[in-house]
Amino acid sequence: MVELLGVTKRFPGVLAVDRVDLALLPGEVHALLGENGAGKSTLVAMLSGLVEPDAGRIRVAGEERRIASPRAALQQGISTVFQHVMLVPTLTVLENLVLGMSWWRRPDRAELEQRLAGIRSAFGIALDLDQTTGELSLGEQQQIEIVRALLRRSRVLILDEATSMLTPQGADELGALMRRLVKSGLAVVFITHKLDEACRFGDRITVLRLGRKVGELAPEGLAAMDQAAAVEEVVGLMFGDRSIAEARPSRLRKAEGPPVLSVRGLTVTGATRLARADDVSFELRPGEILGIAGIDGNGQKQLAEALAGQRTAAAGSIVLDGRDITRAGVAERRRLGLRYLTDDRIGEGAVGGFPVATNAVLKEIGAPPFWSGGPFLLGGIERPGRIAAHARELIDRYDVRTPDEATPIGRLSGGNIQKVLLARELSGDARVVVFNKPTHGLDVQNIMASRNRIAAIADAGLAVLLISTDLEELLDVADRIAVMAAGRLTGIVANDEGARARIGALMIGRAA
Amino acid sequence: MSASLETTLDEGGADTSGPRRALAHLALVTLGPILAALVLSGLVLLALGVDPFAYYGYVAQRGLFSWLGLQQTLTRMAPLLCLAAALIVAFRAGIWNLGIDGQFLLGAVTSAALAPFLITVLPAGAVLLVAAAGAALVGALWSLLPALLRAYQQVNEIITTLMMTFLGVSFANLLVKLVFLDPGTTVPQTRTLPVADRLPTLFGTTISGGLVLGLVAVVVVHLVMTRTAFGLKLRTVGENPLAARHAGLDVPLLTVAVFAISAGFAGLAGGIEILGVHGNLQAGWNPAYGLAVIPLVFLARFNGFAAIVFVFFYSALMIGGESAARRIGVPHYFTLVLVANLLILLALAEYLDHRRRRAG
Repeated sequence: MVELLGVTKRFPGVLAVDRVDLALLPGEVHALLGENGAGKSTLVAMLSGLVEPDAGRIRVAGEERRIASPRAALQQGISTVFQHVMLVPTLTVLENLVLGMSWWRRPDRAELEQRLAGIRSAFGIALDLDQTTGELSLGEQQQIEIVRALLRRSRVLILDEATSMLTPQGADELGALMRRLVKSGLAVVFITHKLDEACRFGDRITVLRLGRKVGELAPEGLAAMDQAAAVEEVVGLMFGDRSIAEARPSRLRKAEGPPVLSVRGLTVTGATRLARADDVSFELRPGEILGIAGIDGNGQKQLAEALAGQRTAAAGSIVLDGRDITRAGVAERRRLGLRYLTDDRIGEGAVGGFPVATNAVLKEIGAPPFWSGGPFLLGGIERPGRIAAHARELIDRYDVRTPDEATPIGRLSGGNIQKVLLARELSGDARVVVFNKPTHGLDVQNIMASRNRIAAIADAGLAVLLISTDLEELLDVADRIAVMAAGRLTGIVANDEGARARIGALMIGRAA
Repeated sequence: MSASLETTLDEGGADTSGPRRALAHLALVTLGPILAALVLSGLVLLALGVDPFAYYGYVAQRGLFSWLGLQQTLTRMAPLLCLAAALIVAFRAGIWNLGIDGQFLLGAVTSAALAPFLITVLPAGAVLLVAAAGAALVGALWSLLPALLRAYQQVNEIITTLMMTFLGVSFANLLVKLVFLDPGTTVPQTRTLPVADRLPTLFGTTISGGLVLGLVAVVVVHLVMTRTAFGLKLRTVGENPLAARHAGLDVPLLTVAVFAISAGFAGLAGGIEILGVHGNLQAGWNPAYGLAVIPLVFLARFNGFAAIVFVFFYSALMIGGESAARRIGVPHYFTLVLVANLLILLALAEYLDHRRRRAG
C-alpha cells in the first residue's frame, strides 16, 4: 500500500536513516523495532510528512508521491498516532474528533454518531463524546486518536511507541485492537523498542539499527517459530551477538539495621484526584531497594517531589537518619544525603544549553571547591578548572559519551544525559536515592546498564526508592515492592516467588 | 557567535589558517550588516533629498572627530551604559524588563528632588551618594509590582513592565509639576543642583564622571553574570526555571532580585543623567534611551564588553545626529531608523549564515 524505497535522511552530524526499504501491506501489523537513535522516529516523520527524505522514493498505492506536509500525509490516507497524545485536553471528545475537518460547517453529530456506532461494532472502541478529553486515561485518549484516524478513512495507521504510556493490560488491549484493524484491511505500523511486544503483536518485524535496516522477519517465517525463538532471532538482529537476557547476579542483600528513611502519613495535594500522595508510609533500610509500582500518574511524581523537598507536605513526616526533614528545603536534604533523580531529564533535570560540566554541579552552585570566596563574593567566584576536572572525572567514571565536558548537555542522547544526572546525584555523601522512572525512554543497553547501576548503588549500602511503571524492572532489581494507586500505597510485598501475582492483585485493587 | 566560530574552526580542520578564517567570518557577519545598514539608510536619506555622504560625514565629525563632540559622546554614554547593565542582568536571567524608561525617569525625578534640597544640609559628596542611591531605590521599587506578579503568578513581565513605563512617565511628570516644582522659574521644572556640586568631570574635560560609573556597572554586571555563583543561579532560572527549582533554588526570590537589580540600575541611570548633566528635571523630559539600548544589548548578545562598543558608537551617532538635525534638517530620530535597519540586516545575516552552515 505504501512503499519506501532506499530512503535516506541526514541531520547535522548524523545519518539518521540510511537507504531503508519498507513495504506496508494491507492486513498486516508491521512492527518496527530498534534502539533509541536507530531511525524509527525519522522514518515515522517521513511517513507522516514532518520531514522529507534527502534521497529515495515513496510510493503510495503504486504511484510515486511526495509527502511534503502532515496534511499531504493525511490526504494520502496515512495517519499517525504519536507517542505523546496530540489532543486538546480542555476540549470534549467530540470537539477533538472534528478538529481539522471542514471548518466552515457545523459538525453533524448524528452522522458522526452513526459512524462511531459502526466503528464500535467493528473494532469494539466505545467513546463518550461529551467527556472532557483531559479527564480520560492515556489509553482512552489514544483510542480517540485511533478513532480519528478511522473517521478520516485512513489506509495506513502508524502507532509510534503506542504502548509506552499504557499498562500491561492496556498494551494487550491495543494488540487486540490492532488485530481487528488489520482484519478490516488497514496497514498498521507498530513502532516499539520492546522486543516482546513486537513479537506478540507484529505480523512482520523490521529491525533497524543505527539508521540501517538490519533484518526483516516475514509473516511466514514468524508463524513458523514460537515466541521465544522469535525473540531470540530479533535479539540476534538487534545486537549481533550481545544478549540482553544475561542473568543478573543475585545481590548481596544486606538490608539490615535501623531504617535510614522513615516516611509517616505523608500527604501531598495535587491538581487532580489521582495526582497526589495520600497518607503514604514506608521505611527504607540501608542497602535496600524499595520499588514503587503502579500506573503512571497515580501520585508517584508528587511523592518523589515531596521526598526531594520540591513540594511541601500537607501532612505527615519524613525522617532521615533520625532527623526530621519534613520542613527542610531541597538543598538541605541534598546535603544530608537525600538525592532525587527526576524522570524529566531535559525538562527538569538539566539546563540544555549549559555545558555538561555546569550541569554536573548544578545542584551545588556556590559550594567549594567549585566556587571560592563563599557568601562574601556573591556566592563565590567560579573556578572553571575545578568544575571541568570534576566533570571529566564523572564522564570517565560513568562512561558518558560526549565530545568533551564543554558540550551543551542538550546535544547528548537521553542515555548519556541520564548518566550525567546520576553522576550528579551520587557525588558526595549520598544516603538515600529516589529514582523516578530511571529507564523510561532509554534503549535496551542503557536500561540494563542503569539497572545494574541501581543494584550496585544498593550493594554499596545506599537505600534506594525506585519508582517505575515497568513491573519487570521492579521484579528484576527491587527487594520489596509497594503498589501505588490514586495516591495511596495499597500494599508492600517482598519480591520473591509469587510476587508478580500478588502485585497484580494489588494493582487491580484486591488485597494481597 | 561561539557556535559559528566553532563550526568555522571545524571546517578549517588542521589548517593553520583556521583561527584567521574564523575571525574573518566573524567580521563578515558583523561588519557586513553594518555597512549594508549604512547603505540602506543612505538610500532613505537620498529619498529625503539629503546627500548621505554629507550627512554621515557631518555625524562622524560632530560625534567622533571633534574634541567637543567626543566629550559629549562619552558623557552621553554614562546613562546608556547603566541601562545596558540593567538589561544584561535581566535578559541573561530570562526576564524581559522592558520598563527601563519608566524606572529611568522616576530615578531621575528622585535625584532631581533630593539633590537640590539636601545640598543645603549635607556636604556635596554625601548628597551625590544619597541622591544616586535614592534613584536606584525608587527605580527598583517601581519594578516591584511586575516582579511580584511574575514571581508568584507567572504574569508576563513584558506586558506589565511596559504598562508600568506608561504610568511611570506620567507619574514623573505629575511629580515635577505638582510636588517638586521650583517656584523660582516660569517653566515647570524641579529646583536646580548648582554646577559645582554635580558629579565631578574627568581630568579637566567636560566628560561626566558618570561615564566611569557606567563602565564599572557594565563590567561588574558582566563578570557577576558569567563568573559567580549568584550569576549562574540567575542564568539557571532564566534558562530553565524547572531545573532551577529541581536544583533547590528559590525561583520566586531570585526573580524578584533580578527585577530589583535591573530596575535599580535603570533608576541609577536616571540619577546619573540628572546629577552629572542636567542638574534639574523639566516636566515632559523623556529621552526614551531604553528604546535604543534594548536593540544594542541584543546586538551585543548580552555581552558587557560588546555592549560598551555598541553604546559608544550609538552615542556618537546620537550626538552627531542631534547636531545634524539642527544643521542639515534631518530629524534626530533618524538615528533610530539607522539602528532599526542595522537590526533587521543583522538578523538577516544571522539567518543566512545559519542556513549556509546547515546546508554545508
